[in-house]
Amino acid sequence: MTRGILLSSSVDIDFMVHGVFPYQFFGHTVWITTTHICLLIVLMVIIGFAIAANIAMKKATEVPGAFQNVVELVVEMLDNMIKTVMGKNAAKFANYIGTVFIFILICNFSGLLGLRPPTADYGVTLPLGLMTFTLIHFNKFKHKKVKGVLQELCDPWPIWAPINMIGNIAVPISLSLRLFANVLSGVVMMALVYGLLRFIAIGWPAVLHIYFDLFSGAIQTYVFCMLTMTYISDAIGDE
Amino acid sequence: MEFNENFILGCSAIGAGLALIAGIGPGVGQGIAAGHAAAAVGRNPGAKSDITSTMLLGQAVAETTGLYGLLIAMLLLFVKPLLP
Repeated sequence: MTRGILLSSSVDIDFMVHGVFPYQFFGHTVWITTTHICLLIVLMVIIGFAIAANIAMKKATEVPGAFQNVVELVVEMLDNMIKTVMGKNAAKFANYIGTVFIFILICNFSGLLGLRPPTADYGVTLPLGLMTFTLIHFNKFKHKKVKGVLQELCDPWPIWAPINMIGNIAVPISLSLRLFANVLSGVVMMALVYGLLRFIAIGWPAVLHIYFDLFSGAIQTYVFCMLTMTYISDAIGDE
Repeated sequence: MEFNENFILGCSAIGAGLALIAGIGPGVGQGIAAGHAAAAVGRNPGAKSDITSTMLLGQAVAETTGLYGLLIAMLLLFVKPLLP
């Protein structure tokens, strides 16, 4: 970074996404970035845990062992969280919400291991927001039919339709930007601490890690899943 | 009219600082939410966990506008869209 936020060039503050190597994709030069590498590591961890959990649950015992206990705890916690918000629709969406929850959580926590959290890249959070958007509107059309959707769009008067449309489009953008900006602010703050206070940053930044990575990451994960569930429940309606 | 590159960078830095004034709003909002949550816990200590989770959800949503300001500041400082 030639011209950073600081005038002194002796400090290297580094929180950007870096390209690792380029490759050709239908005539375009596309870069494999550090985000891809971190995502791969996160996915490896999740897949490894999933395979281990699968093996453990195949030979599940009545009195659970240590690992089986952890798996049951995670699943029960997610199921409870989803049930309290979605009620009778919980069974249909438990898989999706649980997957997204664990994915975002591990992504946010990966900052603890010195990785750059993949969620601090807008290319990761925007697809998550768009998936929510697709789910909302798929369910809206499925349960309220075209008539209900149009009615909702023209609520309270038809002249409000453009504003309601903007409100609909803002949902995925605000969802993804919230997650992205929160994690990014943590990354920037940690980079500043490690860059500027390099000589005295021993031990005590762990407290900041607890706040920015663990607390903030967990809260944002919870918020993302909570809002996704609320929007989907809204789209399904009461019937 | 032609501007010096350093002039544009300096103005970008001022703009970034101004963008972070957006942090006032979420600060006030989160404070109000926390104050009301504290009052609610005082009135009904049994519902503490429910109140806390609702408060955190609301605060995280209220934080968004401040984060938009942060994003604008980051764009001005690091992406430098105003440079020719």
